[in-house]
Amino acid sequence: MLDKTGVGAVPKEIVGRSPSQLAWRRFRKDRIGMVSTAIVVFFFVVAFAAPLISKLYGKNPYTRYGQTEPGLLNSRGFPIAPNGGMSGDYWFGIEPTLGRDVLTQLVYGIRTSLLLAIIVVLIVTITGTILGITAGYLGGRTDYVISRVIDTLLAMPSQLFFIAFTPIALALFVSDRETTPTWLRAMALIIVLSLFGWCRIARILRGQVLSMREREFIEAAKISGASSRRIIFRELLPNLWTPILIVATIEVPTYVTTEAALSFLGVGMTEPTPDWGRMIHKGFENMQSDVTYMAFPAAAMVIFVLAFNLFGDSVRDALDPKANR
Amino acid sequence: MLRFLVRRLIGVVAILLVVSGITFYLFFAASGADDVVRLSCGRNCTPEMREVVRQNLGLDKSLIEQFWIFISGIFTGRTIGDKACDAPCLGYSFANNENVFDKLADRFPVTLSLAIGAILLCTTIGIGMGVLAALKRGKTTDKVTTGVALLSGSAPIYVLGPLFIYVFVQQLGWLDRPTDPPSFFGDPGGWASALLLPWICLMTIHMAMYCRLTRSTMVDVLSEDYVRTLKAKGLSGRSVYLKHAFRGALSPIVTVLGVDIGVLMSGTIITESTFSLHGIGMLAVTSVVDSDLPMMMGVVMVAATFTMLANLAVDMAYAAIDPRVRLS
Repeated sequence: MLDKTGVGAVPKEIVGRSPSQLAWRRFRKDRIGMVSTAIVVFFFVVAFAAPLISKLYGKNPYTRYGQTEPGLLNSRGFPIAPNGGMSGDYWFGIEPTLGRDVLTQLVYGIRTSLLLAIIVVLIVTITGTILGITAGYLGGRTDYVISRVIDTLLAMPSQLFFIAFTPIALALFVSDRETTPTWLRAMALIIVLSLFGWCRIARILRGQVLSMREREFIEAAKISGASSRRIIFRELLPNLWTPILIVATIEVPTYVTTEAALSFLGVGMTEPTPDWGRMIHKGFENMQSDVTYMAFPAAAMVIFVLAFNLFGDSVRDALDPKANR
Repeated sequence: MLRFLVRRLIGVVAILLVVSGITFYLFFAASGADDVVRLSCGRNCTPEMREVVRQNLGLDKSLIEQFWIFISGIFTGRTIGDKACDAPCLGYSFANNENVFDKLADRFPVTLSLAIGAILLCTTIGIGMGVLAALKRGKTTDKVTTGVALLSGSAPIYVLGPLFIYVFVQQLGWLDRPTDPPSFFGDPGGWASALLLPWICLMTIHMAMYCRLTRSTMVDVLSEDYVRTLKAKGLSGRSVYLKHAFRGALSPIVTVLGVDIGVLMSGTIITESTFSLHGIGMLAVTSVVDSDLPMMMGVVMVAATFTMLANLAVDMAYAAIDPRVRLS
């Protein structure tokens, strides 16, 4: 199927195309890829423009409208209007008990998840790349040590370690847990997630470098007297961009769901930072009386993960057409 | 084979020691002796009681000594204060003074039941779907199964669990709300019905991986020369696909299976909290929330042990599946 798209076609005039141009052509022809890209871009734009949306819409995710304005919540704390209090003023309804606006919570919640996920992916990709290339290229004792560390980390039950070590990472910064500022909590999460995350990328890159190290062009570079630094940056790295990019794309939704999972369990981001995981948790608790509050973050999460997974598949197909599905 | 096993087991023990050492250091040393005393002793703690706790926990000793006492306690038992703690001793909970090992043993059946059912369901259905898709490559069956797998793998358990409870328990009333299961040997029916919903949930999420993996490896294997030879020899389709081709596609599936078994046995934290099942995973969350250090330590040790053993089992399984693999 892929052979027909661009690679095999012979144009009348032979035009030189760079590999990235070829990849872009393949990507553009992938209809599912384009749709999922549009959805992913939409989520990013919403996250980026959250303050603007909040301003135009005239609400913020922190004010407890339901407690100050009468007629929004009933005596048990649930929205009076049907469908979780959806109305012209509160498009996606209002939160049970606290009475905050759902739409802005959702919009700001994307920010929390995406920002954390992207920072973690950046850290993990950079450290993973450096360590993976180092292990693969230097070999010997360095490779042995790094590989054993990777094996050990991969063998650990990561979910458990995330929840067990987040309080410890927090304790490194502050002694009193009652007054932890939001950014410190985010830092602790980032540290814990990155600590266990780099090894997957490192292992993939190590394997790639190991097979590439014996190829002729590396040998030629060595014989012509290139330094290790030059070989790594000018010879190896350009050949590794594809796997790096593919893995990094796949990791983003993983960390979005992991961050939300930690918040769902109550060890992630805390009030009042808007967060999908905590919204889903609260929605779950109040599900019987008000299912709407659960529906929005849950649907948003599934759409985002699905779109990002499809986007990742398309990126891989475009960059590496030989990889089978 | 035996040499391989012994060497790997030594490796497992070594890694477990490293993991427990790091965890011990992070939990007990990084929090500082005063914090540990405060956590252990609770709110209404007089200075005299503090001193007793400090002595009982051995906090006046050096870190290495403390770690050694902890490790040797696992094998020989020890006495903490005036309480004896029998052979596999992991200490006493700070939160309610329960024996950590007994508590873990008490919670384990729930986790084990959850894991067994989930693994059986997701491997049979996931692999079955994958094989079907590979055999009908490019046809509607293939597209439908691949689509289902993609969709089902995209819903995190904390979304799918509540959704299933809402639809099947609260709205339709087809199933009961999941509870801690009774013993399988006493009441197999009750055991299965108590866990049906979490099993279906875990299956939905995990089967995606098996389906995609089985399909892609199976497609590869089916294009191999030996499959063509078998067909040319006149073997029946069933024998070619299920006996020969499937065996060739099994290795990567077993790898994933090993990881999943490790994860499931060490407690599916989110699943257990979503369905309020009191297994190891739930214990992990409550101990973290309560800052119950000995309990956390115990859970981490159990989880790490199961994960390592599952990895070892995978390596052993390779040799059984693929005759080219020699364990050495």
